[in-house]
Amino acid sequence: MAGSAIAPPLLHLRDVTKSFGPVAAVRGVSLPLYPGEAHALVGENGAGKSTLVKMLAGVHRPDAGHVELDGRPVALADPAAARAAGIAVIHQEPTLFPDLTVAENIFMGRQPTGRLGRIDRAAMEGAAARLFARLGVALDPGRQARGLSIADQQLTEIAKALSVDARVFVMDEPTAALSGIEAERLFSVTRGLCERGAAVLFISHRFEEVFALCRRVTVLRDGRLVSTGLVADVTVDTVVRRMVGREVSALYPREPGAGAARGEVVLDVRGLGRRGVFEDISFTVRAGEIVALAGLVGAGRSEVVRAVFGVDRHDAGEVRVRGRRLPPGSPAAAVAAGLALVPEDRRRQGLVMELSVQRNAALTRLRHLARLGLLSARRERRFAAEWAGRLRVRHGGLGDPVGTLSGGNQQKLVLAKWLATGPRVLIVDEPTRGIDVGSKAEVHRIISRLAAEGLAVLMVSSELPEVLGMADRVLVMREGRITAELPRAEATEESVMFAATGQREVRA
Amino acid sequence: MTAADAHSSPASPDARAAQNASPSPAPPASGAPPAGGRAPGPSGGRRGAARLGAARETGVLLALLLLVAGTTLANSRFLSAQSVKDILLGAAVMVVLAAGQTLVVVTRNIDLSVGSVLGLAAFATGKLFVAQPGAPLPLALLVGLALGAACGLLNGALIAAARVPALVITLGTLYVFRGLDHSWASGEQINAADMPHGFLDFGTATVLGVPVLALIAAAVLLAVGVFLGSYRTGRELYAIGSEPTAARLSGIRVGRRVFLAFVISGALAGLAGVLHAARFGTVDATVGTGMELQVVAAVVVGGVAIFGGSGTAYGAALGALLLTTIGSALTVLRVDPFWQQAVDGGLILAAICLDRVLALRGTRRARAKEAPHGA
Repeated sequence: MAGSAIAPPLLHLRDVTKSFGPVAAVRGVSLPLYPGEAHALVGENGAGKSTLVKMLAGVHRPDAGHVELDGRPVALADPAAARAAGIAVIHQEPTLFPDLTVAENIFMGRQPTGRLGRIDRAAMEGAAARLFARLGVALDPGRQARGLSIADQQLTEIAKALSVDARVFVMDEPTAALSGIEAERLFSVTRGLCERGAAVLFISHRFEEVFALCRRVTVLRDGRLVSTGLVADVTVDTVVRRMVGREVSALYPREPGAGAARGEVVLDVRGLGRRGVFEDISFTVRAGEIVALAGLVGAGRSEVVRAVFGVDRHDAGEVRVRGRRLPPGSPAAAVAAGLALVPEDRRRQGLVMELSVQRNAALTRLRHLARLGLLSARRERRFAAEWAGRLRVRHGGLGDPVGTLSGGNQQKLVLAKWLATGPRVLIVDEPTRGIDVGSKAEVHRIISRLAAEGLAVLMVSSELPEVLGMADRVLVMREGRITAELPRAEATEESVMFAATGQREVRA
Repeated sequence: MTAADAHSSPASPDARAAQNASPSPAPPASGAPPAGGRAPGPSGGRRGAARLGAARETGVLLALLLLVAGTTLANSRFLSAQSVKDILLGAAVMVVLAAGQTLVVVTRNIDLSVGSVLGLAAFATGKLFVAQPGAPLPLALLVGLALGAACGLLNGALIAAARVPALVITLGTLYVFRGLDHSWASGEQINAADMPHGFLDFGTATVLGVPVLALIAAAVLLAVGVFLGSYRTGRELYAIGSEPTAARLSGIRVGRRVFLAFVISGALAGLAGVLHAARFGTVDATVGTGMELQVVAAVVVGGVAIFGGSGTAYGAALGALLLTTIGSALTVLRVDPFWQQAVDGGLILAAICLDRVLALRGTRRARAKEAPHGA
């Protein structure tokens, strides 16, 4: 342990492991959090950070290992137990009650009470207002949480964590949706917490924040601990290299000749808008090109592709596929025109989990596979075997339910299902979310091979390395608008983040 | 305390809305400089939200007043003391049930067994007085409450254990409780003649012209309303219905709270059974059949969101009063009673459409406000 006369850790994760089905999200991670300092936890999306957070929050229980508080093991059986142990968590995705007021959201279960145990609303709203004042934001504590912007939701979450008289603060990307000034405010509040002896676990993708705020940094990769140590001993470069663990170019292989032979414009989106969600979205995708739609969670990327595909109606602009205008709000017309959408949530929108591998693969081609309206099991089986082989889907048997496949193989099956329709444009929303690294590379290889074969690909992704490694062009969205269009050569982590957050680089 | 007082209790959102209804969109007096960050979101949301909730209840109240006024114009006897007393008596049982149902519905659940629980409790009351004609009234009320609570306990335990939607569980217990009732009664009917006078008098007694049953209903309503509005547990019920995942994450014991809601709903249905027996004096195994749907209708018409998270017991009670009054009005106006169901149904559809329109408009306005501060 470096540092002079350091106190014992306030909270200590010891060899914790957590698996979800076949995927080990966290494997044997130990992590000490010392009083009075902020500890950064970095890693790519899917490295296991959020799983670690959820174990501290009492949402998940470790399969092995345990958590120590003040040197004594504690069982964080549920969120209430975690809170009682003095752990306050800011979750990555805001967890608010839309029907209740902001103040109630902050103090739920801990509302100040007056006579006869009745909630003292005035006191509650006053306390909330003081919290917001501390954070330097003017948010009305008495308004309903429904309709709050992502940033305001985030601020409410932060206020909630501050309102608990906690000793350990866990912040899972608290600044993701904040402006520079709001983030700066949060840092000074965090420093104040540390001065009062609190331990902070701080998760962020923004290295300038990590280096400015934290004393220690721990790097996770694929659920394992790569390194942990003082921030002073590392540079951004070393941290990034440890996070990725390999050269970006090796991880995201583009087929030779990719991006060279660009075909004609296949997908042409002009001035697309949906009131209050996104506006003035214009872009094109050419045959053989991979265009990435990057941005922060909540920027409206998925909403745009849903509107392009016709799942949602747009109320301005138009979508043309090979020059032909698509009727708004009709996925059937989109499929007929050669569009295919691989949705973000494959478990709910991409596959029918209870059905067999073969039935799922054939779902988009039922008419083609049927004779006289009756589905031939033999043809279905042959068809599914062919596609599963082509995309190297590893499965027990074609008759097994899809739910038994790993995430990566499920995703490949969704791809197969749509590729079978012979699309001209493939839209993939978060193609590698929640799948293991090996399958990720395979999905990437498949997508870039498809592009090389002349398919136009529109990819929504929250993973910057994926965006930078795969895309020929990067469109960056922020709060419902496209704020930058970057060709591959100009797209860097900084340029994309700049456009996505609308903030200047703090780091020199 | 009368029902009218309950509606203007300081705990009710109506009152809050009235206080907050000032049109000025001024930011809160937090005293902090806005630090130059994002402009403070226009604080119209709160007022809008509260106004929306209040509008819903005011709307029902307005419909009620219009109905009463219109019917009275057509037939002046509609507002006679006797007629008003009849309506209040009829509404009393429904209001008690609606208050209980509100507790369940705000948690995004539903209790379909209340009609059967009411029937069971009503028959138990009759049996009690047949066996013990001298039994004191509080004992009867207590028996009803306890029997209902036991039924609610079973509902809650099944829902917690089976992790099956409450709709299915309570649909099952609806038939189970009714079946128990039938096998217990085995065709027997307990008539007013078998009941002690004291108990029957209780069913028709008035204080200053207001039926005692209505006073009891008002007291129950007030208790449930204050519980939901101003107690931590009550607010947690809303939180659970508003966003179950968030409720779990914020440490609310969701299972325990939902269980509690079902126990109270059952207990209140049991109490309603005793009130029902007192009012009609005649009980058999069919008492309360179909009442669960009337209660759900009243709750929905009164502005309690069927998907949980919003609405008040006061609104639900207004809904119950409105539906009861429509029944009486149609009789007074000599409309074929068959029409009543059609009117009730139309009212439910209108209420749901209204909620949907208001909700859509609300989110759209909120979005429109949030969107421009991009760029």
